[in-house]
Amino acid sequence: MLKKMNKTTKSNLITYGIVIAAFVIMQVLISTGSVSSLLEGLMVPLCIYVILAVSLNLVVGILGELSLGHAGFMCVGAFSSAFFSKCMRDVITVAPLRFFLALLIGIAVAAVFGIIIGIPVLRLKGDYLAIVTLAFGEIIKNLVNVLFIGKDSNGFHFSTKDVMGLNMEPDGTVLVSGPQGITGTPKDSTFLIGFILVLITLFIVMNLINSRDGRAIMSIRDNRIAAESVGINITKYKLMAFTISAALAGGAGVLYAHNLSTLTANTNNFGYNQSIMILVFVVLGGIGNIRGSIIAAVILTLLPELLRGLADYRMLIYAIVLIVMMLFNWAPKAIEWREKHLSFFRKKKEAVK
Amino acid sequence: MALLEVKNLGISFGGLRAVNAFDISIEKEELYGLIGPNGAGKTTVFNLLTGVYKPDSGKVILDGNDITGKKTIDISKAGIARTFQNIRLFKQLSVLDNVKVGLHNKHHYSTAAGILRLPSYRKVEKEMDEQAMELLKVFHLDDAAHLTASNLPYGQQRRLEIARALATEPKLLLLDEPAAGMNPNETGELMDMIRFVRDNFHMTILLIEHDMKLVSGICEELTVLNFGEVLAQGKTSDVLNDPQVITAYLGE
Repeated sequence: MLKKMNKTTKSNLITYGIVIAAFVIMQVLISTGSVSSLLEGLMVPLCIYVILAVSLNLVVGILGELSLGHAGFMCVGAFSSAFFSKCMRDVITVAPLRFFLALLIGIAVAAVFGIIIGIPVLRLKGDYLAIVTLAFGEIIKNLVNVLFIGKDSNGFHFSTKDVMGLNMEPDGTVLVSGPQGITGTPKDSTFLIGFILVLITLFIVMNLINSRDGRAIMSIRDNRIAAESVGINITKYKLMAFTISAALAGGAGVLYAHNLSTLTANTNNFGYNQSIMILVFVVLGGIGNIRGSIIAAVILTLLPELLRGLADYRMLIYAIVLIVMMLFNWAPKAIEWREKHLSFFRKKKEAVK
Repeated sequence: MALLEVKNLGISFGGLRAVNAFDISIEKEELYGLIGPNGAGKTTVFNLLTGVYKPDSGKVILDGNDITGKKTIDISKAGIARTFQNIRLFKQLSVLDNVKVGLHNKHHYSTAAGILRLPSYRKVEKEMDEQAMELLKVFHLDDAAHLTASNLPYGQQRRLEIARALATEPKLLLLDEPAAGMNPNETGELMDMIRFVRDNFHMTILLIEHDMKLVSGICEELTVLNFGEVLAQGKTSDVLNDPQVITAYLGE
């Protein structure tokens, strides 16, 4: 019993350790100026992708349902928080406090969307669920693209047509202008904040997995009929996993929104391209493997940028790395090889003790 | 008053009357057998009792409560647990966690307590661990507690399924072909184990089985199903000597 407890705790501690070590190393490199500004600028997106990958793994790996609309929740979190920050820019001047409130709002709104979408969608299974979540992700992105919000002395105005449709007094300002999105969001996201959010995400996801609720979620994944027969409330736990995952993606969206001065919703940042990209992190890192998701997200985010010098060969190498990672994680021979090396590694450790 | 009282239970799938006018009455701590040829509707009866299917007609009374047509999870809470003909374990979870999922509704702490690792988490998890290990010990699975369930040998998987069902603290345990795929030795052990469960947990057990050695060895009463209808019912020895049962199922 104790041995088992120690094993999962140990594995979790290693994961925290890797993340903290990576953060410290990068911080040192950045402060000594040995990192290019390009790479430095990648640190916040890196945190965003890690959060997205880990949170999607909760649905794909732990709940066992394929969701292709993860970027949609990120979009909701990004826009709701950016809207808040823009409105409050002059009211709350303390940046950390404003960011913290924006974060809470982004997470809460994404969670609400998670529940609203989850209730109908989670009645479906497998491919159907994947397709419907894909559709919802696109709907969210497109809705944001036709959303116009302005504010004048009479209060808020909404329109789904254009800026003129807002019918504002001359003193009004446009806050959200459809495809042009939100401009002038305060740039509050920092590497440190991103790092803290990554740790919080890991804490929530890993502790959830190793609790009573996490066991219930995994039992649904392994055998829904058996889970029902021992009295697990399937709908409740599916919705719980889906909502927590959506809320965390919303958190990533907040980080994203406050890292840019202009926030727009297009195919590359909130469309299905992005959702598939996050899924690629999860699948390559190993479905259900949290540490793997982190590593895959980091490698696959850094790689295209680091290979920029190779110009035309960049995407070729990227594709080869994808294939190699896939083989390393899933091919029986590779797993066998890994097991051998890992057991050798473990024995050595024990001998040292 | 019997623990389980079923009256006139029936269900149709399209034009097929899968189960018709099924009556059964099981006393507390009884070991009851349900036998019959393949396709007679035995597993359908289990599915009707556990809420997987909703009956078209009839009543199911468990310990005085009407549970007819209720949802599976409500029936589980009311006190019926089951195992499956084709084993359904939580394959990727450890043996211990399989039983702890069974304990799910008996031990509570909030989601927040689980995530924040509050004292209630530690306390309740410890209780669950202890209770699960006790159950595993009964089924000689305590040494395998930390193995992944899918890595267990077949016989142990069957035992784990029974342990998980018992973890829900049921009043009535349904076993669907517990001896399927077992050799005579394993079947012998299983018979001892079923008797042990009945005596020590004061459990009422209804089982489906084709192995006549097991049925005649441990069941006190039998119901024989044939084409969805009750063919014979009563004391095991009487039923097994019934000429109708011999022609329809046992053979000369």
